Amino acid sequence: MLSAAVSILFDGLAYAMILFIIAVGLSITMGMMNFVNLAHGVFAAAGGYATVTMMRAWELPFLAALPMAFLIVGATSVIFERLLYAPLYRRSELDQVLMTIGFVFMAIGAFTYVWGPNPLGIELPPYLRGQVDLGFRSFPTYRLFMIGIGFAMILALWLTFERTLLGARIRAAVDNRRMAQSLGINVGRLFTLTFAVGSGLAAVGGGLAVELIGLRPIFAIQNLVLFLIVVSVGGLGSIRGAFLAALLLGIIDTAGKYVWPAGGGFFIYAVTVAVLLSKPEGLYGKRD
Amino acid sequence: MASGTSAAATGGEKAPPTLGQKGWDWAEALPWLVLVGALFTFPGYLALGCQVIVMIIFALSLDLVLGYAGIITLGHAALFGTGAYAAGMLSAHGGWNEPITGLLFAGAVAGLVGFASGWFLLRYRGLTLLMLTLATAILLQELANTLALYTGGFDGLLGIAIDPLLGRFDNDLFRQNYYVYGLCVLFVLFLVVRRIVTSPFGQSLVGIRENVQRMNAIGAPVHGRLVAVYTIAAAIAGIAGGLFAQMHAFVTLQVMGFQLSGAVLIAVILGGAGRLYGAFIGATIYVILEDQLAKLSPEFWEFGVGLVLVATVMFARRGLFGVAEDIARLGKRRS
Repeated sequence: MLSAAVSILFDGLAYAMILFIIAVGLSITMGMMNFVNLAHGVFAAAGGYATVTMMRAWELPFLAALPMAFLIVGATSVIFERLLYAPLYRRSELDQVLMTIGFVFMAIGAFTYVWGPNPLGIELPPYLRGQVDLGFRSFPTYRLFMIGIGFAMILALWLTFERTLLGARIRAAVDNRRMAQSLGINVGRLFTLTFAVGSGLAAVGGGLAVELIGLRPIFAIQNLVLFLIVVSVGGLGSIRGAFLAALLLGIIDTAGKYVWPAGGGFFIYAVTVAVLLSKPEGLYGKRD
Repeated sequence: MASGTSAAATGGEKAPPTLGQKGWDWAEALPWLVLVGALFTFPGYLALGCQVIVMIIFALSLDLVLGYAGIITLGHAALFGTGAYAAGMLSAHGGWNEPITGLLFAGAVAGLVGFASGWFLLRYRGLTLLMLTLATAILLQELANTLALYTGGFDGLLGIAIDPLLGRFDNDLFRQNYYVYGLCVLFVLFLVVRRIVTSPFGQSLVGIRENVQRMNAIGAPVHGRLVAVYTIAAAIAGIAGGLFAQMHAFVTLQVMGFQLSGAVLIAVILGGAGRLYGAFIGATIYVILEDQLAKLSPEFWEFGVGLVLVATVMFARRGLFGVAEDIARLGKRRS
């Protein structure tokens, strides 16, 4: 029983890290611009495909492919941000929803055209396979690695957010865009930068997710709800909220599927509805 | 039922004008003439025609919610699916195979689900509402999956056996009878929706869409109105789902899926939200395009529908209907 609980916590934590890495950029960009972006998963899927392609075609090692995916997807996302997102900042939520859904569909079509409809996998390097003995019991190495990366990223993000001028500017823009703008912060450019970094992070998350949840063209739509749940349950624009929500959902989902395999997916949606009904702005959202 | 079609084509103009109701325009006969005409001009495509009619009814329901009341929902398929399962299970488990009462049952169950969920969800707006509708729809889908004993779960609901319509007209190979049946259902529901949007109640919905604060300030019961329209739309979506279940004699979990919620959203937007006949154009084009492009290749379909949606939002926000209006206005100015 205790061993099962440890497994659930461990697997849930690894899952939560992926959710967090992918969704944190979405949370900040949505908090800053109040832009309803349903297409964030596209960049995660693109990161997954970039990782797979670089490892297969260029024979790049996994640990080199991930940062490359960050750079490539992050840079490419700027094009889409300027071309598709920027014209809709002042438009209604419905317009933003529709455009981003359309973007998701286009991406699914494009991914299927290039990489085919079947799930793709990667060959993990030997040092990430197998189990690691941590004294009291052994854990799968890859999940341990993901938890490590996840915590490193949280630390880096937290330091950037709380301890640098850039972080202060982002926080100011999320808190009150107009005020930040009138203080001379170029929110538009700041947003583009945040968008690029967020998409890059999503790409890393996508690369990490290939092994754990698989990669198919419909990745973006399959997991869209999970990313959005992390963002809305956590509260827009809050790193702390996104982390807590990812943790909550990762562990509840893993536990639910362990306890009740047939209907385990049920729980996270029930929790989501419950949280949003009682706290519509999310756990750490700004009230407006 | 067969006599209903001629009424569908011409009966419109006879409707007496009532309080707040706009008179009927002659142009309004056009879509009905096309739909009835398809019976004779495309007798080999009536199976597709049945899909078009189901989609039009479903799109009408979403148009009521989205186009008129301004409720953005990403989970409308949940109500369609509820109706589909209600009609399917009534036949498969209840042994009640009469189609028209089956549809009424589907509408009633979906309306009930719409009322119950709307009561809670419609207090919220924006992203929260979006997420709540999405999560509720998935919750219902998971529920249908979990109750596999009754719904057939992942394998789908089998054993639906619908009696001939009015005891006479069977679900024939060419779907002629079911096309006429669907057309009659569509016409009745259209009259209901048309009556609603031209009534003072419908006008207050537009008011809520345009400015909630002001509607609150003048003392309009915003929440009650929204729940009311959501319940009606849910019942209509449920009837569309019931019709779908009866036509196919088979229901899968996809009837509650996000893909379908997205599809109906696209149909409404493509045609033009907030205008009754937009649902007709959008749904027809959507179903025919899907059929044609998916034959070519599914990825072309996905890319194509995405492109159409992005382009519509960027360049033709009021849908094809809006484009047509603009062109007409341009033509008038020139002449």
